[in-house]
This record gives sequence, structure tokens and C-alpha cells, in this order.
Amino acid sequence: MKTFGGSARFLDRADINTDEIIPARYLTEVERAALKPFLLEDLRLEGFDPQRDLAGCEALIARANFGCGSSREHAAWALEVNGIRLVVAPSFARIFRQNMFNGGLLALELPAAAIDGLFRRFARRPGIRAVADLEAGLLEVGGEGEVERVPFELGGFERALLEAGGWLEYADRRYEAGKRKGG
Amino acid sequence: MGKTIAEKIFEAHLVDRPAEDVWVLSLDAVFCHEITTPPAILELVRRGKDRVFDPARIKAVIDHVTPAKDGKTALQGKILRDWARRHGIRDFFDVGRNGVCHVLFPEKGFVRPGYAVVMGDSHTCTNGAFGAFTPGVGTTDLAVAILKGVCAFRTPRTMKITLSGTLPPGVFAKDAILAVIGRIGVDGATDRIVEFDGPAVEAMDMEARMTLCNMTVEAGATCGICRPDEKTVDFLWEFIRGDFADRKAAAAAFRRWWPDPDAVYEQEIAIDVSGLEPLATFGYKPDQVKPVRELAGTPIDQVFIGSCTNGRLSDLRVAAAVVRGRTIHPRVRGIVCPATPKIYAAALREGLIEDFLQAGFCVTHPTCGPCLGMSTGVLAEGEVCASTSNRNFNGRMGKGGMVHLMSPATAAASALAGAIANSPLFPGTRRTP
Ligand code: SF4
Repeated sequence: MKTFGGSARFLDRADINTDEIIPARYLTEVERAALKPFLLEDLRLEGFDPQRDLAGCEALIARANFGCGSSREHAAWALEVNGIRLVVAPSFARIFRQNMFNGGLLALELPAAAIDGLFRRFARRPGIRAVADLEAGLLEVGGEGEVERVPFELGGFERALLEAGGWLEYADRRYEAGKRKGG
Repeated sequence: MGKTIAEKIFEAHLVDRPAEDVWVLSLDAVFCHEITTPPAILELVRRGKDRVFDPARIKAVIDHVTPAKDGKTALQGKILRDWARRHGIRDFFDVGRNGVCHVLFPEKGFVRPGYAVVMGDSHTCTNGAFGAFTPGVGTTDLAVAILKGVCAFRTPRTMKITLSGTLPPGVFAKDAILAVIGRIGVDGATDRIVEFDGPAVEAMDMEARMTLCNMTVEAGATCGICRPDEKTVDFLWEFIRGDFADRKAAAAAFRRWWPDPDAVYEQEIAIDVSGLEPLATFGYKPDQVKPVRELAGTPIDQVFIGSCTNGRLSDLRVAAAVVRGRTIHPRVRGIVCPATPKIYAAALREGLIEDFLQAGFCVTHPTCGPCLGMSTGVLAEGEVCASTSNRNFNGRMGKGGMVHLMSPATAAASALAGAIANSPLFPGTRRTP
């Protein structure tokens, strides 16, 4: 059915927080599209230049606890409006992860060892792609002549959110306002 | 099998189990502010779903940038204001009546033991101090909460943190929570609910418990929770007196939200706070914590006393006691933000505002202000701020700025010294002449 990702960038740092993904000074924007130029503007990472390195990027591969800190969904939106619909990491902060799925984006958790392997093999090479195939439950990472396939599992709820196109779509169909179990 | 507080709240609010590990809960209240709510409102409008599940259970405030600083922030306020009017949301707090959300809403009695509440703000976890489940959520969760009054969560996993002993003089709830975060790390409680327990928590007043719960998200926690007791009842009494015969009866009723003695915790951590000393952060992550003594002498440019962590009356009292009759270092810009109008008025009555002004502080109106670098006290590149807030991320208070998190006592003492310093409230600190 659906695939996520494409041209990939590696961000070799744990605990990348949402202030780094989209700084508070841009939270005065009420439309998502306005966030586009500011993605990862405050990320401190040796040799990283967001303007140069994120051009054409469609997938991020990062270290543990990605998206920690502020609840701002602007972080997920800043990725989305830049065409990044897949982030792969050993773990995510709860709110950020939920924000991704709620917006129909894929926050893919893989074992730290698998991520380590991807970093070792591909992080320094240009032209690497990362594509997650939901149906096959397979992440393909690689470039010219060399591809690594990592299987993944996705919870039923997360899958349903992606299929519905997000939590708003899902919840709107399923719940009535203000109803409680037992009255 | 016994249940934790969170498990009891989850069971009482269950609406749906769309997957084995997912619970959709009904919400007792939905809190809103002007940064994360306008995109939710616009999204609902765009979809032709501009409705609210229950205007009486929605509370809204303009607090992050207020009064508006420019056209964009004016628009954010306007979107929230117009929406509150259009839907008859009575509890909407605008300029003059507004204050920092996680201080204002508890002050108004909007959080009660056993409640499930969400807000589009990660520090909503503060409200767990009342024995409630109060996670921060993103804007889509918020939009659904506004429209349907429900929110989805994974099956709760609880981590119990027991604080035993007695906090020494000059050591506060802020130091205790910095110690916890320093110990377990910025993802030490990710996807888990932190339940606080132990004599040191029992001894804390509600303001201190809010400080404690406020920073649980800095360890990745979904929420912090304290068991509701007599102190909770006293704090809420003016709002709940109609519901109970007397305070004793209220406290007894709230015991429903205590954990069972045989509750199962995923992890248990115990810290004896008797040996704690004042702490501060030193890097760009809140788990980079050191004793203030080791950071002493680090020059600072600005001091910020305020925020949802430490902008309450008890915090201002402590800070004012440290600076009373003295002047802050000439190189330091001191900023005090009382978190709500009620706190501001009380501080004025008690003479605290006078103390701050005499000492050379700027006292602002209630707002988040410097905490998130959007207004009133943004740092310049390379500047250093001693702050009572909760986040020291790179760029948090201004691009290229450095933030050291600490208690109000330490921040006040640092303002006097022009560099990070222990307060004279902490024994072992010699008062400089
Ligand atoms: S005071 Fe700071 S942390 Fe608290 S709600 Fe405001 S911006 Fe967020």
C-alpha cells in the first residue's frame, strides 16, 4: 500500500529536541507552510548545514530519543512541509512520535544495533535512500549496488492512523463528542 | 493485582481500546493556549468541524507572548479569543487576567484528583501534582480533544520515584527534580508515568509538588503524579467545598486515587533528599546537572525568575528573601515574572515586588516571557542566563544563548553575585560581605 521516505540524511546525535527541529521564534506562524525554511535551524551538529543538507531530503535517520522536549507539533509539520515523511530512530519522545502518526507520518523505531549498522555502512556516503514499505514491513536503506533490508513491526493502532490519514480522520469517524463509557 | 494511580484513572475514563496496547480516554478538561491551539482551530475550521465537545470543560489562556508583541502574535491571540467567544468558552483568560497556563489553571481549581486532562503543551504534566493524569499532547491530539473530548494513550507503565528524608534548608523541590533527572537521564522515563511517593513529597506543599511534576517531561515522562492528600484538599477547598461535608471527607474521598499497596511498578527509584545540595544544569540538556558549588563563579548576563516551574508565590518569597536590602550585580539583567495576576497582587501586598525593584530587578507582567525566547528577555549570541525555568536546550532563550536551570534561591543569589552562586539559605554558604 504505502511507502514512506526516499533520499535520506543521517543525523548522528541523540536527544535532538523539538526546539532544535523548529525554534520557538517561529511558533508565531499559524500556517504550516511558513515553517519550511527553518527546519533544524538550531541543530548543533558538526558540519551540518540545514539549508545545504536538507535540500531534497525525504527521510531522516537519527539516534535515540528523537523529538524530545516541547510538544509543538510544528516540529512534525516542519518535516512534512519539507517532504520528510519518515524518521527512523532507536526511540522517540512520546509526544513527537504521536504527533508524527497523528499527522499520517511514519516514526519508525528500530533496534539501536540496526541503526548503528546503518550509520556505519551508509552515513558517510552520498545518494543514500531510505524507504519504508508498510505492507512488506520492510525498510530498505542503500545506494548504488548496496542495499540493506531491515524488517520492522508496526502496532495496529499506528497502522490504522496511517491508513486513515491521521488521528483527526480516525477519531472523527469513530467517536461521538463527550460520550463516556457507562454514561 | 493492585493498581497504580494512573491505572485507576485510565479505567475510570476508558472509552475505547482500538488496539491491545491503546486506551482512548474521555477527558474531564481540555486546556488551551495561543501557540498550539490556533493551528488546531484553523484545522477544524478548514474541515468544516468548528465545534467543541463541551465549552464548560475547555479552558483557554493567552500566556506565551502577551500582550501581543507584533502582528503575528496578535493574530494568534485573536484566533483563540474569537474562537472562545464563538463557542461560549467562559473560562478564557486574556490580557490583565492571564498568567502562565500551568500556574493559572490549577489556581482556578480546574484540576482535581482523578481527572484526565490534556493540553497542547509538554509541561501540562505539572497538573499531575493534584493526583490527576495530565499529559501534554500535540496539536492534532488537541484538535480531537476539542472536538470529541477524547485522547489516545498507550497502556500506562508507571515508574515510582520515592523521595525519602527531609530537604535541607536552602534545598528545594527544584533541586530534587534536577537530581532525579540527573540520575535517570532525559529519556529515563520516556513513555512512562512517574508516580511520586515518600515523606519528602508528603512534606511538600502543592506549589512544590507542581515544581516536581513540572519537570518530569524533561526525563521524557508522560506525566508526573502525586497522591492527593490534605494539602491537595486545602489548596482546592474554595472550589470543592460544595461537594463534601468537610475537608476530612474530601481527603477520604480522594483516597480513591491512591495507588493500591500491591500496585505493580515497572521501575522503582529511591532518593534520600536529606543529603541533597542545591543543583544547576551546565549543558544543553536538563540531565546535565552539577552541584551549584562546582559551577560557582560562572559569569552570567541575565537572571530569570518565573515560569511554570518556579513563578509561584512561594518561589518569589524565597527569591525576595535572598535579595532583600541588597542590589544585584551591575552586569546582570534581572527579570522577575510573577506567573499570574493573583501571585503578582500577593507579591505586591507582601512587599516582594518592592524588594525586587529595590534590588534592581525588572518585574514584568505575568507571562512565559523569557522562558522560551519569544519575548521579554531574549538572550543574544553567547549570553548566559541563570533561570528558574525548565529547559536549557540550545537556543531555548535565544539563538546561541546558554541557560543554567536552578532554584529561585540559587538564581537570586547568582543575580547578586553576577555569577552562579549558592544562596545564603543553604548552610555551608558564607554570605559575601
Ligand atoms: S513558562 Fe515556559 S515551559 Fe512553562 S508553559 Fe510557558 S513557555 Fe512553556
